[in-house]
Order: sequence, then C-alpha cells, then structure tokens
Amino acid sequence: MKKTNLIRLENVTKDYSLGDLTVKVLKGITLKIDNGEFVAIQGRSGSGKSTLMNIIGLLDTPTAGSYFLEDTDVSSLKEDKLSYLRNKKIGFVFQSFNLLPRATILENVVLPGIYAGLNQKDRENTAISILEKIGLSEHINKRPNQLSGGEQQRVAIARALMNNPDIILADEPTGNLDTKSGQEVINLLKTLHKQGKTIVLITHEKDIAQQTDRIIDLTDGKIDPD
Amino acid sequence: MDLNELFKLSYRALAANRLRSFLTMLGIIIGVFAIILLVSIGTGLQTFITNQIAGLGSNLIFVIPGRIGGARTPGGVVSNKLVVADAKTLQLKLKNEASVAPVVSQITTVKYKNRENKETTIFGTTSNYPKIVQNATIEQGRFFSQSQEQSGARNAVIGHTVLNNLFSSQNPIGKRFFIGNNIYIVIGVINKRGAVFGIDQDNVVIIPLSAAQRQFGLTHVNTIFISVNSSSLVSRVKDQTKKILLGHLTEDDFTVQTAESTLSIVSNITNILSLALGGIAAISLLVGGIGVANIMLVSVTERTREIGLRKALGARRIDILKQFLLEAVILSLTGGIIGITLGIFGSLILARFLVSQVTLWSVFIAFGFSVVVGIVFGMAPAIRASKLSPIEALRYE
Repeated sequence: MKKTNLIRLENVTKDYSLGDLTVKVLKGITLKIDNGEFVAIQGRSGSGKSTLMNIIGLLDTPTAGSYFLEDTDVSSLKEDKLSYLRNKKIGFVFQSFNLLPRATILENVVLPGIYAGLNQKDRENTAISILEKIGLSEHINKRPNQLSGGEQQRVAIARALMNNPDIILADEPTGNLDTKSGQEVINLLKTLHKQGKTIVLITHEKDIAQQTDRIIDLTDGKIDPD
Repeated sequence: MDLNELFKLSYRALAANRLRSFLTMLGIIIGVFAIILLVSIGTGLQTFITNQIAGLGSNLIFVIPGRIGGARTPGGVVSNKLVVADAKTLQLKLKNEASVAPVVSQITTVKYKNRENKETTIFGTTSNYPKIVQNATIEQGRFFSQSQEQSGARNAVIGHTVLNNLFSSQNPIGKRFFIGNNIYIVIGVINKRGAVFGIDQDNVVIIPLSAAQRQFGLTHVNTIFISVNSSSLVSRVKDQTKKILLGHLTEDDFTVQTAESTLSIVSNITNILSLALGGIAAISLLVGGIGVANIMLVSVTERTREIGLRKALGARRIDILKQFLLEAVILSLTGGIIGITLGIFGSLILARFLVSQVTLWSVFIAFGFSVVVGIVFGMAPAIRASKLSPIEALRYE
C-alpha cells in the first residue's frame, strides 16, 4: 500500500479557560500519521492525550495550529461538517464501550449507518457481515448487558467499522477489561491493521502500547522527542 | 435519518418509561378531553334551545313576567305582575290579528288508584294552546275544546312520564285520576319532549285554564303565547302587545319576545358560554404542555451520554433535534387522540342525561392544539439536546 499522510497536525495547541485562568493542555503538537499505521499515543493522565484524541477525532477543534485530514484543513470546520466527517472517516472505540443499553447488538452496530443515510436493508446487511467476521453473529438480537465486557468492546469495534472508515480511534479500549479480554481486543485491532486500517490507540499502559508499530509519548502537552 | 427509524427511536424511548410517558400524556388527555366535552355541552345547549324556540313557530310572540336584560331588575328578584286578565285583554284587542293562550302552572302530586306521580307540573291553559305552540302535538286522544275549557271541565292531557307512572301500558283515555283532591278524566296524551338538565319535560298534565284557576287559585301567568296570523304582522303585534300591557303595567313588569329575538339572545349567550368553557379547558391543555416540556428536559438530561455518543457517531444537530421533538409530539399527539376519543365517548354518554353535541371544529382544534403543544413545548428541550457538545456529553456521568 502506498504510504500517504492521513493525519497531519502542525503546531496544534488547545487552551481551556476556567474563569480567569487559562489552562494550556496542548502546547504545540506536530505529528504525522500515515495510512495503514498502527500508532499508540501514550501518556499519563493529565498529559493531554484525551484532548489530542478529541482533536484527531474531530470532536473538538484546536485553539491554534492546523489539522489536515487527507490534506484537507479541518481545524476550523463547522459542527455539522465535523459530524459528517466523523461519520465517514473515523470509527470510535471508547473505554466504557458506550453501547446503547436498550438497543440490540445489531441496532447498536447499525447506528453510524443510520446517520450516513444508508437504507435499512443495506445497513443491516453490512452490520451482520461485520459481526460475523468478528465472531459475534449469534448475539445480534441480545442487549449489551447480556454480553461480557470483552464482547461488548468487540461490538463497539464492529460499530466503529460500520461505515468503513479510514481511521479507528481507540481511547483506552482495554481500560475496563481484564487482561485476557483486553488482549483479545488488541488482537482484533491488530487484525484490522493487517487488513489496512489506520489505528490510533490511546493508552497509558506500556505493554499495550508496545504491541503497536510506533509509540508517541505525550508528556505535559508536548510530544517527547524520541 | 429516515422517519421510520425516528419513530422507532421515539417509541422505544417512551416505552422504556411507560408510567412516566403515560402520566405526561395524561395531562394532554385531560386537557383535550375537557375541550371536546365542554364545547360539546355548549353546542348541545345551543342546538337544544334553538330547536325548542324554532319549534314554537316563527309567528310566535311570548310575554313573560319581569324584565329580561334590563339593568333595573334587581338581581334574581322577579315579582310576577302579569295576570290572566292581561291575556284576556290582549285576546280581545288583538282578535283580528292573533290568538292568545295564557299558561298558569302549579306543581303537585297526581294519583291513580294506589299509584302516584310526584312533582308533576300542572299547566292551565286555553283550548287553542296546541294550535299556537307548534311543538306541542296530541299523540293520542284529543285536547280539550273551547266549551270544555270555558265550563271548567276537569279534563286533562297528560305527558309521557305521567302516562308511564300512573297507567303503565294501559290505555289512559277515559281513566279518572286525582290532581290534588279533584278527579280529572284523561282525554289526551301530549308528545314526548325529553329531559333538559335533569328537568323532565314530560312530567306534565295540561288542564283547562278555568279549572286550574278554580282549583289552585292561580291568577298570575307563566307565559302568554300569542300566535300572529301572518308573519308580516309579527312586529306590529309585538308593539301593540307592549302598548296594551303598558296600560296598567310598567316596562319592568313584563318582557315581550318573538321567537327570532329570543334566538339571537340565546345564541349570543351560548356562544359566549362555549368559548368560556373551551377557554378554561385550553388552560388545562397548556398545563399538560408544560408537563411535556418538563419531562422532555428530564429525558434530555438522562440521555446526555446517548446524545454525545450519537453526535460522535455522526449525528448532526438536526438529527438530535428531530429525535427529541418527535418524542414530544408523539407524547402530545397520542394524548390528544386518546383525549379526543374519550371526549367523544364522554359527550355521547353525557347526551343521555344532559344536552351535548360533539362538533367537528372542536375535534380539529383539539387535535391541532395538541400537535402545537408538542412542538412548542418540545422545542426548547430538543434545542438544548441538539446543542450539547459531544465531548462534554460523553464525559457526563
């Protein structure tokens, strides 16, 4: 696969103002992630890694600097445009799974397809084939609370794959799981990486981070230069 | 996001809190129910009174004691100064243009063998009464003649309630029964008129004026009916009647009405009544709407994380807005439809005891109102939901 710049951040900063106080959370981040890469962003809590993930995931916009996603400057897009790009380009995996408790597994996976405007038949077929590949097809009509934590996180990954995005953004995906199911989730991400997905993993666990191709260390809002 | 999917979402959200959804709906149900029912009562009343008056005939003038609509009448106090002699004077002076029937009344008990019928209204009138009052027809037998009336014969025409209570299925004609201590003979049965506000219009016995006067010592009249021979003469006869009565009465002592003038007064009053009743009911619908807004705000807060997730997965503001707005509209619309159904049933049941008539416009207004209530009161919570930032919403515990 030809390597191209998928994500490019140039001198990105993010400030939060708490009353009179301005907190500088990101202090000039410059990084590039090529397509097909499996990258870990590692850092302690308070290092700014969640903020960085929000910016990469188009959930938030930088205070200064630019963010190019596939050579398009997305750092100052309007909310609805960002929603559109998130829907098409990015698949999220959260620490706490964030499945809708009252919806079935199939309905949860289908969700991004609804906002992409797919018709019911197409999106259900897509969701079913993804769930089959991940080995969850016997659970499609269950509710999330009938599944184990590891299974729930795999459902969340299936949901992230729904619109066939370029990037999977996983924020502490193993944080709520025991070691064994955590490793299963990482193995699944590895498989997806082999199939060509770009995966950005945010974690504070060193042994998880070491299973990726490249580690970006974040300390106090800056990238450690090694 | 397609409508089908939106409906499914809203339904699921509402079904997840069945009791809460139902109680919220109840506010709307009661409001809509009240609108339909109260407007039905107003309309039913109007139709009933209009028909009653129209049934009297368009050439009819009636004189009643006291002054209606006069500022000088002391509240609620009417001292009756209209007497039988006034009716006789009118008949004498108007004999070329009209015929006159005075009506006196007394409430007493009537008996037949061991049966009795209490609180029967005894009307005393003249033989031309059925000719003048067009909605009074003789179903069986006949009305008393002029000579019977003048001789004070104890003949009686009975209403359906009296017929049923005293004679059951027997043929009443020729039967002798007691009004007070006097024996009367049934010579006829008058048509059925039903009940108005619990007052039975069929619990009546009509007897000759002279007999009623002799037995009860009545001199004051309830009403003097004047039937004008031609409709072109109605306003002239009305003026003449006033002039004649003013000979010894004052303007405060009587009121002369035609069927038409009464009709317009009545429809004014009942229109105001309908509006006032509808207005009161609309306030309860408003309160129901506030209930919808309240519960939607709770729902938005409860589902903050869900909203954040949906936004992260690509929902735009409008998608979230639609979702919550539809939920509010479904709540109020379902409430509205249930309220309308109950209101229609309610007024059908009510029509058996009271007057009530469902009007199409009140159904439409109630339906429209409940949709509007849903949109108006659902809008603020839906906008609030749509504006939530996905990061903060996802972080919400």
